[in-house]
Amino acid sequence: MRVYLDHNATTPLHPEVLAAMLPYLTDRFGNASSLHAWGQEARSALERARTTIARALGSGDKDAVVFTAGGTEGDNLALLGAAAAAQSRGRHLIVSAVEHHAVLHTAAHLARRGYEVTHLPVDAQGLLDPDELRRAIRPDTILVSLMHGNNETGVLLPIAEAGRICRERDVPLHTDAVQSFGKLPVNVDALGVSLLSLSAHKLGGPKGVGALFIRRGTKMQPLLHGGAQERSRRAGTENVAGAVGFARATELMLQDQEGAAKRLCDLRDRLECGLMAALSGVERNGHPTERLPQTTNLAFAGVEAESLILALDLEGIGASSGAACSSGSLEPSHVLSAMGLPRERIAGSVRFSLGRTTTPEEIASVLEVVPPIVERMRRIGAGHPAAPGAWA
Amino acid sequence: MIPTPEADGKVVVAMSGGVDSAVAAALLVRERLPVVGITLRIWPSLRPPAPDERFDSCCSPGAVEDARGVATALGIPHYVLNYEAEFDREVIQYFTDAYLAGETPNPCIPCNSRLKFGSLLTRARGWGAARVATGHYARIHRDPVTGRYQLRRGVDPRKDQSYFLYRLTQEQLAAACFPVGHLTKEDTRRLAAELGLPVAGKPESQEICFAPGDYRAYLRQRAGAVIAPGTIRDTGGAVRGRHPGVAFYTVGQRRGLGVGSREPLYVIDLDPATNEVIVGQDRDLWTREVDVERVNLIAIEALTAPRRVLAKIRYAQPPAPATMLPLPDGAARLCFEDPQRAVAPGQAAVCYDTADPDLVVGGGTIRRKARGGNGNGDLRGSNAECGLRIAK
Repeated sequence: MRVYLDHNATTPLHPEVLAAMLPYLTDRFGNASSLHAWGQEARSALERARTTIARALGSGDKDAVVFTAGGTEGDNLALLGAAAAAQSRGRHLIVSAVEHHAVLHTAAHLARRGYEVTHLPVDAQGLLDPDELRRAIRPDTILVSLMHGNNETGVLLPIAEAGRICRERDVPLHTDAVQSFGKLPVNVDALGVSLLSLSAHKLGGPKGVGALFIRRGTKMQPLLHGGAQERSRRAGTENVAGAVGFARATELMLQDQEGAAKRLCDLRDRLECGLMAALSGVERNGHPTERLPQTTNLAFAGVEAESLILALDLEGIGASSGAACSSGSLEPSHVLSAMGLPRERIAGSVRFSLGRTTTPEEIASVLEVVPPIVERMRRIGAGHPAAPGAWA
Repeated sequence: MIPTPEADGKVVVAMSGGVDSAVAAALLVRERLPVVGITLRIWPSLRPPAPDERFDSCCSPGAVEDARGVATALGIPHYVLNYEAEFDREVIQYFTDAYLAGETPNPCIPCNSRLKFGSLLTRARGWGAARVATGHYARIHRDPVTGRYQLRRGVDPRKDQSYFLYRLTQEQLAAACFPVGHLTKEDTRRLAAELGLPVAGKPESQEICFAPGDYRAYLRQRAGAVIAPGTIRDTGGAVRGRHPGVAFYTVGQRRGLGVGSREPLYVIDLDPATNEVIVGQDRDLWTREVDVERVNLIAIEALTAPRRVLAKIRYAQPPAPATMLPLPDGAARLCFEDPQRAVAPGQAAVCYDTADPDLVVGGGTIRRKARGGNGNGDLRGSNAECGLRIAK
């Protein structure tokens, strides 16, 4: 049995999403900016999709939704666009230490261009103290960016509280809701955000499409120039099929969000408890309840995560260590590092993320396959690369 | 015939992206063995580009893609393992330390014994694989009488790489597999072309993989701060000039001394304690007696009596008749029939069987010779200490 437990990396396209997209990849191929009937047909589909996304975010303002090529573009546009628009006001940004690299590397890029970036710490469970944000905001702070649900641990940051603080201080708040959208209610007013990034492929939609919610009145500069699309906030021919797929995935998700979350939570807990019962030296990284329902990040003592993930793949189980884009890099997970976990614990940490297609049978199969592999690796000492002198 | 592992056991193939390991993998696949391709990534991956950096400038990113292409063509799983830190610790640091100590390292030797057949083998066992295969030109046989695993030269005399594998222990040889050891390079290339492997025409590289071009520039970059200029003396103790650091010299080197002389001068010794380069004439470079330490024996369990061997003191040199004598503390003395020129401390001396010249007896690391007092070293060949006459 092949078991895919890496839904935070990406999810399988929902068959109904594909069905919704297909007409826009075939007959209804028009350019949404064209004047003629073909264009109008595409335009109306695009705007319907926009309305669906806006409503899913609890917003009646569909024009606040700008379609992007995905979460990374949304994060880049939020930071670079807000920074460019607020240059006269200041050059200080605040981000958390556990942001996705799409935020962290963009902030680092701004830092190299003369901006100042404050990184807010998290505690050992991955939680962020809102008082840290209160203390970090300065008169020249132009943007705060805090992710909603962490992609590696699933831990939630206190966005609603941060939103209140930012509104008091009149600083726009951006949140990367790429992982939380579809798993938890995400309401832009309840969260009090000015900017919010989304990605379609994390919830059964297609890759290459996402959105940035830009609250009316938020000062922004575009990244891409060359057309008036997306109300001049994002030039380029609209990805109509992508937007339609994104909207359909969102509708499907909204049909039973609560039930799906409960089901995922239950399966995840079964996986967690099962592994902890079958094996010694397994610890959860991150807060036990303040987190997304589909994610668990477990530290296996005496085992090297990269090696375990490879062994699991050979047995047909897909998991990962940290973000898909940073696995294989020398840097230990910046998220687990920011939580102050010891290096050895980080080196043995694996993320399992569940999704719509995950079944109880799959979890049962994983609970059968994983423990003997971990035990074999511990027996051989494969978790501990040959210490100097181990081989003559 | 390829020495094949148990038909039910997985084999891990270390794939460098070159043609030899590609054909090694292909031959194992042809034997219907479950093959897992691994590429060790030894260079940094995730780092932001410098502002003026070209998108395509990197040291060796193509190797991973080439290996992946071969694995895809063969239909085998392929993984890239992050070996940046381990490679740095086990190979680059050894390489640097050796030059700083006035020695001439063979970085391929620890790469084989400590990485490919060290930690990679340990990891492979963790994945349930019994063996690690590489594209080395060498052969392994089990001696039916003694039960020892024998290392033999590759069939192609110009490609033989047994020299770089002499440090493998019995346990490592038992798990090693060299599928191209029975082929010539032409056979390998022909097979690669026949099998349609995408690397069939890839040119060969003989350079140090992590320091292509001038290794001195690499040393300067890596350890420039601890490399200090010093004095050049001749064998009589007279000061003959200045040098930028002993690390930049190798015994036998003639160029780069900048010392005027009627007769050509060569580096005959490097003294890290005094940071001096000792120069002399060609006749000072010849010696019959070479001491080696950290001896690893393969064909025999122990060296208890003098043994006639064919020994080579560097890779690119035909083996020469010598007698190998046991010394205390895992060392041995090689007494050559004919004097050897420019014996460089730090290099491996590898011994082959006199009657069966393909068979590796064992080898060790060449030890720096204590020079005579007052800086008046006499390194000229002398057989006196050997106390033996070698019968032809």
